[in-house]
This record gives sequence, structure tokens and C-alpha cells, in this order.
Amino acid sequence: MEWYVPVIWAALIGTAVALYVILDGFDLGTGILFPSARDERERDQMMNSIAPFWDGNETWLVLGGGGLFAAFPHAYAIIMPALYLPVIVMLLALVFRGVSFEFRVVAVTSKRYWNFAFAAGSTLAAFCQGLILGGLIEGIKVENGAFAGGPLDWAKPFAVLCGFGVVAGYALLGATWLVMKTDGAVAERARRHAKLMLVAVLAFMAVVSLWTPFAIERIAARWFSVPNIYFLWPVPLVTALVAWMAWRWLDARHDALPFLASIALFLLGYLGLVISTFPYLVPPVLTVWQAAAAPSSQIFLLLGTTFLLPIILGYYVFIYWLFHGKVREGEGCH
Amino acid sequence: MDLDPVLLARLQFAFTVIFHIIFPSFTIGLSAFIATLLVRWITTGREHLHRLARFWTKIFAVSFAMGVVSGVVLSYEFGTNWSRFSVVTGNVIGPLLGYEVLSAFFLEATFLGVMLFGWKRVPPWLHVFSAVAVAFGTATSAFWILSANSWMQTPAGYELRDGIAYPLDWLAVVFNPSFPYRFAHMLTAAYLTTSLVVLSVGARYLLAVRHLDEGRTMMRMGIGMLALLAPLQILIGDQHGLNTLEHQPIKIAAMEGHWDGSKPGSLVLFAWPDEKTESNRFEIAIPNAGSLVLKHDLNGLYPGLKSVPPADRPPLVPVFFAFRSMVGVGVLMLAAGWIGAWLWWRDRLFETRWYLVLIAWSWWLGFVAVVSGWVVTESGRQPWLAYNILRTADAASPVQAASIATTLVLFVLVYGVVFTMGIYYINRLINNGPEGRAIEPPEFGTPVRPLSSVIDAGPDILSPQR
Repeated sequence: MEWYVPVIWAALIGTAVALYVILDGFDLGTGILFPSARDERERDQMMNSIAPFWDGNETWLVLGGGGLFAAFPHAYAIIMPALYLPVIVMLLALVFRGVSFEFRVVAVTSKRYWNFAFAAGSTLAAFCQGLILGGLIEGIKVENGAFAGGPLDWAKPFAVLCGFGVVAGYALLGATWLVMKTDGAVAERARRHAKLMLVAVLAFMAVVSLWTPFAIERIAARWFSVPNIYFLWPVPLVTALVAWMAWRWLDARHDALPFLASIALFLLGYLGLVISTFPYLVPPVLTVWQAAAAPSSQIFLLLGTTFLLPIILGYYVFIYWLFHGKVREGEGCH
Repeated sequence: MDLDPVLLARLQFAFTVIFHIIFPSFTIGLSAFIATLLVRWITTGREHLHRLARFWTKIFAVSFAMGVVSGVVLSYEFGTNWSRFSVVTGNVIGPLLGYEVLSAFFLEATFLGVMLFGWKRVPPWLHVFSAVAVAFGTATSAFWILSANSWMQTPAGYELRDGIAYPLDWLAVVFNPSFPYRFAHMLTAAYLTTSLVVLSVGARYLLAVRHLDEGRTMMRMGIGMLALLAPLQILIGDQHGLNTLEHQPIKIAAMEGHWDGSKPGSLVLFAWPDEKTESNRFEIAIPNAGSLVLKHDLNGLYPGLKSVPPADRPPLVPVFFAFRSMVGVGVLMLAAGWIGAWLWWRDRLFETRWYLVLIAWSWWLGFVAVVSGWVVTESGRQPWLAYNILRTADAASPVQAASIATTLVLFVLVYGVVFTMGIYYINRLINNGPEGRAIEPPEFGTPVRPLSSVIDAGPDILSPQR
């Protein structure tokens, strides 16, 4: 019990974060690509393709934060103060882009400000999430179970690299989403952007994959020790294969397959990060067992999760089915 | 510059949480109002009810978006600002917040999507169901967050080991002693707040001689709610007060400005509580009436502020004055409801101009009461963050004052812009009224409508342009 309940929770929170990254990834990515729209009709079309989904997508972020607080309070209590500035700036950016959905619809003369807020907020939120990821991978200074570093410990080249990497990654998800959910000029442009972003994402993935084992010894040990290397060598190979397929499918004018390939690419990158860091929640000091809440707390919430998570997934199937199909130019939500 | 990080963290949390609570207090009530309108529409078939529901759904969408984004912030602030609190109470509070997300937030997000964009894609019954689901979701969310807050006020069902709280009995945790009162009080407050807004908008339309059908419906529904809920709320508030006297007597002493527990308490109408002299200045009070209210006995005794050292007392001025502001608004709401009901009974409601003018200007009163009430209960809990478990001063994160000060400024700027524009847009939607663009069925634009038997009409004329 004491051993496997924290592992179940780590898997659940890992899943929530992965779902968040993919789901909010495509709507943040649509925001990142927002400035590429030529006119108000194209902007409407882009925004309408994500409007019914964004609120639910962002709820996974609340579940990630709330779940971490509930299941691993010690990790939550170290990570949040350590990454204070990027976390708060991310939240503020999300405030701006979140209200833009509704404000943009009711605004008349101030519409362009909310266009800007939506694009800038989406991009900044993505960048901050990259900073948080980079800061976490590089490790946090902990003494006596509490964060013991300075306010700018995370501000290193690697975190900035991760910031740009996440922006490119979300833009890829957003572009392939637009290929799938829109048509006309927006979809054509998204197809071009998707290729551009695919190249950028692969470049960032390569740099991160080379950088982390060189800079961080425990990651090198994880990947390159025997027998791990026998099991792990296919990961980069499969990644390359998926990227190649994505490119092919974009060329072949498939609608949905490039989006699915981008998701697969994200999951592979995520898998790589999990291999690099597990069982640490706060590298390199706190494992999932050390960070875990009391067993009775984890089990109490696990009971509810077992019951409620299938219902939530049911909502998702329902809403994506209800709003399936393409958003044509000139069709509106409001 | 020598700034106290704990004070800054408190200011930041107070600012963001006060900003946040304004929207849920409105959307909890508004979702119930919209659901009621739609249920009445589907059972009676009266079209103006549907128009009203569509109109308020627009306003709901804008308010709900502000509630969501300001709420996401809070779920992270527990960690960014109060990491020690997260460690000490995480075992108990964490799962309650987890349940809130799982049982309420996903439900709201999904069915709000259907409500906003699915009008033409789903049959009417599913539309009505979605509105009911959203209303149920907002109330469920209130259930869990108030359970968590109440546990911080009156912890139960736990044990402390090495200064960390461990749950023993989850039923006792969730239904801790102050929770039923606080939940009833807050839910009623939300419904009252929205009722007054609806009533006030109705009065505005009648004064402007526009949208008369809708205006009359709004006024009747608003007055009905106020006339019933305002007295109920006063009763719940009284019971909540008695519960607080039992579990947090010093909070009551601060609310009442009651210093000396060896004498019966007076009902202080006005005073300036002076912490230095430990007495009330400029006091206007009804002798022994405090004892009558709290102990139901003219000579009943209850603890005074002097029974604990100054370090264990909450800050008096905010608690004392916020309490009076909340009660004052409660009395005004009761008056608004009962006078309105009397005018309605005499059949003069829609012609009594002074009443319409006063009501049209009083939409904001409920929000003042909600914020005041929260100031009373949260400031009144001080110096504790979790009552008798963890002091606020010991709960803060190891974050430097400069970081908190910087982000506090950012919060004020961002929320200032967002709040101002949000209020401006809502006000403009209300001024435009339930007509034209404001009640067009919003729709997610695609040619396929899975749940609708309606054959595609309008939107597809605008075919893709390549």
C-alpha cells in the first residue's frame, strides 16, 4: 500500500499533466499562431475552432496543481516557491488569454487589444511553462524539506531553451489542430506552419536530449548505463520515425493524422523526460514516496478519482463528438 | 526597503481571493437563474423566457470566464504563497480541493460549452439539462471549497503528528462543525446577490420603458427570491454566529466589539474599537442586547477580547466594520424584498417610480455583503491560518519580499484592467438589452449537427473561400 499508492498517484498526475499539455497545448498553440491571421474573419475562425474546449482543457491545469497539492503536498510546497515568478507570470498570462475569448466577442472598438492579449498571453503562458519544466529538470535547492534557493535560480540558459521549445511544440499542436478543424486559407497556412514548427520541435528535442545527459550526471546514468540502454535506444528512433510520418502526412494533405502524430511526438518527449527523472518529483531530492501525502489522504481521493475520472472522460468524448467537424470561414460561435 | 514577506503574501492572497469571490457569488446564482428560466420556458413555451435565458447566458459567459481565470490563480497560490500551510494541512485540505476539481470543474466546463455553443446542435431538453448541470456544478464547487475553508476555521476529524495534520475521519473532516452553516450562508448569499442584480436590471428596463415583458419577469422573480431568502439568510446568519461563538469565541468578540467577558454584552451599533486602550471609542450601543442575541438571555455572558493576550486577537477594525456592513446590507435587502412584495401585492410594483429608481441603483449591494462577510470570517480567524493548528506568520513560503511585491503590483495592474473591462462589457450588454446580437443563438460553426433534426440553414451560405 505505502509503496504502490504513491506510484498510482504519480501515474495519475503524470497523465493529468500529459493531457493538459496536449489539450491546452493545441489551444495555446492556436493563440501563438493567432498573429498570422490576415483579418478578423480568419481570427474568428481560429478562435471558434477552440472556443468550446478551452475551459475544459485548462481544468487539467487546475487538476495538476490541485492534484499535486492533494497527493504530494511536500513536492507542491517546494516547487511553487522555487518557481514562484514563472508560475505567477504564467497564471497572469492565462488570465489575459482566458478572458480574451469572451471579451473579444463583446468588444467593438477594443477588439484588437484582446486579439493582442490572446496571442501574447498564449505565447507567454507557453514560454513560462517551458521555464518551469527547465527549472524542474535542472533541480531545486532544498534544505530541511523546504525550498532554500533564490528567486531567480531557474533563470538559466537551459530553462530559456525549454521555454522556446514549449512555444514551438504548442505551435505545432496548434497548427496541426487548425489543419484538422478549419479549412480555406487558415488551414493552408497552418499546414505550412506545421512543417516549420515540426523542424523547430525536432531541433529543440535534439538539443535537450544531448544537453541533459551532459550537464546532469544522473540523467546520463539513467540512459547510458547497461542494461538500460538496451531498452531505451528505440525511444529516439521512434521519435524520428513519428516526425517523418507527420511530415509525410502533411504533404499528403491528411487532415487528422498530422495532429495525431504531433500528439505522439509530445508523448514521446514526455516519456523521455519521465525516464530521465522518475522516481523524482523534485529532482534530485524528493521521490514520489518521500513527497506523498498520508496514505489515507491518497486513498480517499483515489476512491473518488476511480469513480469520477471515467465520467470526466465521458464528458470529453461527448463534447468533442458534439463539436466535431471543421469550422468554416465566416461561421461564428456567438 | 524593508517589507514583511508575510504581510505582502497576505495582501496578495487577499487581493486575488476578494477579486475572485465576486464572480462565483454572481455565477452560482446566475446559473441557477438561467436554469430556472429554461425549465420554465420548456414547460410553458413562453418565448420571452427563452430570450431572457439567452441574454443572461451571454453575461454569464463573461463573468464565468473571469471566475475561472482568477480561480486557477488561487489553486497555485496555496503553494506559491503558503507552502508551509500546504505541508501542514495538505493531507486534509488537498483531497477536498481535488474533489472540487473532479466533481465540479469538469462538469461546469463541459456543459457550459454546450450551453454557449450548442444551442442549434442539441435538442431543447439537452440544452435545459446543460443549464441545470452547470448550476449544479457551481453549487458543488461551493460545497467543496467551503468545506475546505470551514475546516481551516473549525478543524475536526484529524490528529497532529510532528506539527502535521493527518486525517482520521473523512466524514468529520468534510462535515466539520462550521461547514453546514457556512455553506448555507454562502449559497444563500450568492442567490441573493444575483437576485438583486436581476431585480435591478429589470427595474432599469422598466424605467427606460424597454423590454417590458422581460423586465417584469425579472422583477417578479427577483422580488420573490429576495422576499423569501433575505429573512432566511438573517436566520442562517444568526445560527452561524451562534456556531462561531461556540468554536471561535474571540472572532465573535471582535465582531461585537466586546472587551470584557465578565459583563453582559451590549449590541454595539457604532464605535471605533481601540486596540491600545482596549475599549470602544465613540460607542453607540444597546446595553445587554448583545447577550440577548448571542445567549438568548439579557444577562448571558460570553468571552471578551481581554480574555486572550493581544497577540491572539484578530485585527479588530476590519472585522468590526465589515460585520456591520454585511448586516446593514442584509437589512436593506430584506427591506427591498418586502417593500417590493407589498407593492406587487397592491399591484403598484411597476408604477412606483421611487422604488424602481432605488432598486435600479442598488445592484452592487450583494457583492458588498459577500466581500464584507468574507473579511469578517477570514480576518476574524487571525492570527491563525488553520485554527489552533498553524499561525499565519508560520505558514508563508520561503519567497523573498521583492518577488511577492513585484507580482502583487502585476496582479493589481492585470486584474485592474481585466476587471474594469469585464464590468464595462457586462454593463454594455445589459444596456443593449435582450435583443439583437445579444440573444442570437451562439453556435459552433460547422455544417454537421449531430443531435439536431434541424436541417442546415443560414451559416452554410458562407461557404469556404479559398
